[in-house]
Amino acid sequence: MRVEWETVIGLEIHAELKTKTKIFCSCPNEFGGKENTHVCPVCLGLPGALPVLNKQVVEYAVRAGVALNCAIQSYSKFDRKNYFYPDLPTAYQISQYDLPICRNGYLEIEVNGEKKKIRINRIHLEEDAGKLLHSGSSITSSQYSLADYNRAGVPLIEIVTEPDLSSAEEARVFLEQLRAVLEYTEVSDVKMEEGSLRCDANISLRPVGSTKLGTKMEIKNMNSFRALERALAYEIERQQEVLEEGGKIVQETRAWDEGKGMTAVMRSKEEAHDYRYFPDPDLAPIILEPEWVEEIRASLPELPEARKERLVQELGLSAYDAGVLTASRALAEFFDQTVAVYNAPKVVANWIMVEYLGLLNANNLELEKSKITPKQLATLLIVQAEGKISGKIAKKVFAEMFATGKDPEKIIKEKGLVQISDEGALAAVVDKVIAANPQSVEDYRGGKKKALGYLVGQVMKETKGQANPGVVNKLLQEKLK
Amino acid sequence: MSSLLGLTGHELQALLTKKEISSTDLVKEYLTRIKMVDDQIKALVTVTEKEALEQARKADGLREKGVKLSPLAGIPLALSDNICTAGIRTTCSSRMLENFVPPYKATVVEKLAEAKAVLVGKCNLDEFGLGTTTENSAFFATHNPHDLQAVPGGACGGAAAAVAGGEAVFALGTDTGGSLREPASFCGVIGFKPTYGSVSRYGVIPCASSLDQVGSLTRDMTDCALVMNAISGHDPQDSTSVSGATSDFTNFLTDDVKGLKIGIPQEYLQGRVVPEVMASFEQAVKKLEELGAHCAEVSLAHQEAIVATYQIIVAAEASSNLARFDGVRYGLRIEGEDVDSLFKKTRSQGLGAEAKKQIILGTYVLSSAQYEDYYLKALKVRALIKEELAKVFQEYDCLLTPTTPTVAFDLGADKEKISRGKLDSLTCLANLAGIPALSLPWGTLQGRPVGLQLLSRACGEETLFRVGYTLEQNTNQTRLKLKGKEVK
Repeated sequence: MRVEWETVIGLEIHAELKTKTKIFCSCPNEFGGKENTHVCPVCLGLPGALPVLNKQVVEYAVRAGVALNCAIQSYSKFDRKNYFYPDLPTAYQISQYDLPICRNGYLEIEVNGEKKKIRINRIHLEEDAGKLLHSGSSITSSQYSLADYNRAGVPLIEIVTEPDLSSAEEARVFLEQLRAVLEYTEVSDVKMEEGSLRCDANISLRPVGSTKLGTKMEIKNMNSFRALERALAYEIERQQEVLEEGGKIVQETRAWDEGKGMTAVMRSKEEAHDYRYFPDPDLAPIILEPEWVEEIRASLPELPEARKERLVQELGLSAYDAGVLTASRALAEFFDQTVAVYNAPKVVANWIMVEYLGLLNANNLELEKSKITPKQLATLLIVQAEGKISGKIAKKVFAEMFATGKDPEKIIKEKGLVQISDEGALAAVVDKVIAANPQSVEDYRGGKKKALGYLVGQVMKETKGQANPGVVNKLLQEKLK
Repeated sequence: MSSLLGLTGHELQALLTKKEISSTDLVKEYLTRIKMVDDQIKALVTVTEKEALEQARKADGLREKGVKLSPLAGIPLALSDNICTAGIRTTCSSRMLENFVPPYKATVVEKLAEAKAVLVGKCNLDEFGLGTTTENSAFFATHNPHDLQAVPGGACGGAAAAVAGGEAVFALGTDTGGSLREPASFCGVIGFKPTYGSVSRYGVIPCASSLDQVGSLTRDMTDCALVMNAISGHDPQDSTSVSGATSDFTNFLTDDVKGLKIGIPQEYLQGRVVPEVMASFEQAVKKLEELGAHCAEVSLAHQEAIVATYQIIVAAEASSNLARFDGVRYGLRIEGEDVDSLFKKTRSQGLGAEAKKQIILGTYVLSSAQYEDYYLKALKVRALIKEELAKVFQEYDCLLTPTTPTVAFDLGADKEKISRGKLDSLTCLANLAGIPALSLPWGTLQGRPVGLQLLSRACGEETLFRVGYTLEQNTNQTRLKLKGKEVK
């Protein structure tokens, strides 16, 4: 009988915290910048320089922790994780080993209409390392490597889940959901492409019904949501093949190759480091007052799940639409603010999802960088509802707003796009069209009702789309009686 | 003018205030002295002549203008070469940092600059503070000014020798397990290790971070108090720095030990301290009783574990602290065929034998298979030792021991044999417990100085100053003559 396999996945997610300064010094915490300009003796690991914990880092970690339903630990400490690598200035990473700042949380996800709680084992604080740029393809095959320590000392939280995910899709949905929580709570930029959100996965297979975990494989280098899902799907298939052929899975770390669409061995278990963790004697333990934690909890914004629920329950949106609109806080805010001016949630939702997201995607632009304000969109939709412009014109105006950031009324006025509903003004055009299209006129009179549509289209063309189609229709029908 | 060399900081300050001498004259005198004796004592790795003369001129200028100056203004000092000085190389007496010029300065250096004290040189030490004789310096061994055949002690042997040899009025160094007190004892000067956290470690290249503490080497207790006034206090750049108001240490200089209860860990000293030193020590006990103190024997339950605990913690922390010297960013770099070989070659050639031994030991005790048996156990025992000492200090005002099991021995001698085990066996207790400790000269044995050590509870500096000052005022054992080439 064929064995049915069950997939077990756990994720380890690193998120850079967007605090003003780095975790242990006062250097600016900014992405980019000229190489080695956001550095000081502390983050360069010069001898004698000492780390001092940035309080904002602790606050952000606690904020993420409460948003993810964790128990915030009143006592946690920092440890040194010792290993040599040129991007690590002190040859040890300051991290939290056995006493992390947050424990035992969870995040609820929804896949195919089913809700599932994914447990979070822990969230701990640590510092990021610098960045290396190799002259060749890897550090060992390069003539030289360049080191940039701007990122060294950038604060990170590492979020470790329990092995509660059972498919590649669940893993992707979890990561998207987690991304939304971190974005809503404003603790991280959560940009996978800039590396401010990174995800590694542990995956193993076991026969359905078995309670024992199979040998786990660590997968690294998945730099997008799609990459995570593809890599895991690939790995499930690969492991299943090995097992079904009677083979054994050996514990190792594999890297996802996006171009080749496959994973390859990075290092075996034997090559794994002994990090020699020990408490960092340069830092005092973190002791948190419960009152402070409660203050942070009270200051949390509405989280994605609650917001989605509200859009469905109170505004009557579909679960799908609500999900799309609440995937990022910025988008959800944009929606809410538009609805606040023009209270037609479904119309607004449609416009945002079809027109706005369409333009953003086509231009590869982020919402935050777009020039359109919620008030401008609401105004456009109101003008359209009042019949001052047609739907077609509205889309044109919107494209112009998107490109220039100008108010819709201004665009309509400047380009003379106001809808012409005045019968007197349209009569001349209608007459002209009738005169120029004797064949269509004849067809219509002969009973071909479709010919009217053609004539309306000609009037619209003559008026560059400004004519009110309803009025044109009425005029034509009257004149052709 | 030549008589200036034997004076203390506060004695010199009186002459400066009265304008009988200028700081420039004083500093020139010291620079001349350095030129005369340092080829034999070899206390200094770097002489900062140009900077010293400039600082002296500035101090003189301020004094001319009538600016109120600190008691250390214009006074020549030396720094152990593991304390970072901006723009002046800081070597830790290691090949690894032979040409390392820090772009930043230690907080204590900043404070001494504010006090307008004048830096004349950087002192030799055991590489990265690992050693007890200064023979582990990658550059050269330092000689004891009292007897050039003898070691000066270590790790901060250069700093102690500089003060004893008349090359600086006072010096700063670090004490990890006795690195200040032991050379102070061997060289016949006062070595003071304050409570852990009371002086900033920022900019001080670490040996073992949880044990390291900056302290002073001076010729008398008053200078010790003045230096502490200048360098102690909370530093926001050091997370282990204690907060709270700082004391005026000169208030602790009281000539009175009546009624003080002094504990002597007799059992611990037995078998560790050589008989001649024990005999000198007993005279000190007698003297203190004559002066009105009550001395009594105390026992330390965890005494057998003290040295082992200390060694494990030093090795573990040092192995991690020294890992950053990898040849990538600064210091020595030996190129290799790839990055791993660059690491290996740089560290193989850049670090000395003792540093390597500590790194290997530390890596072992921190490895996941050994962690519980060694490092974790050491942390637990350390907590027990702290707890026990806290109890002892509920009953006693301070503990008294010799600073070292023996007086200074010859360079190249088998130190483990002479010191019956570890040379820092009597001093490392204070670092494990984070408590203040003072080493005070107590005469000599065949020309080689003996040291007395006093320990007190955390932040119990007052008692140490009181006992030290009383012995200084009532005996002629604590202030030894300047040594080196005959002082002209």
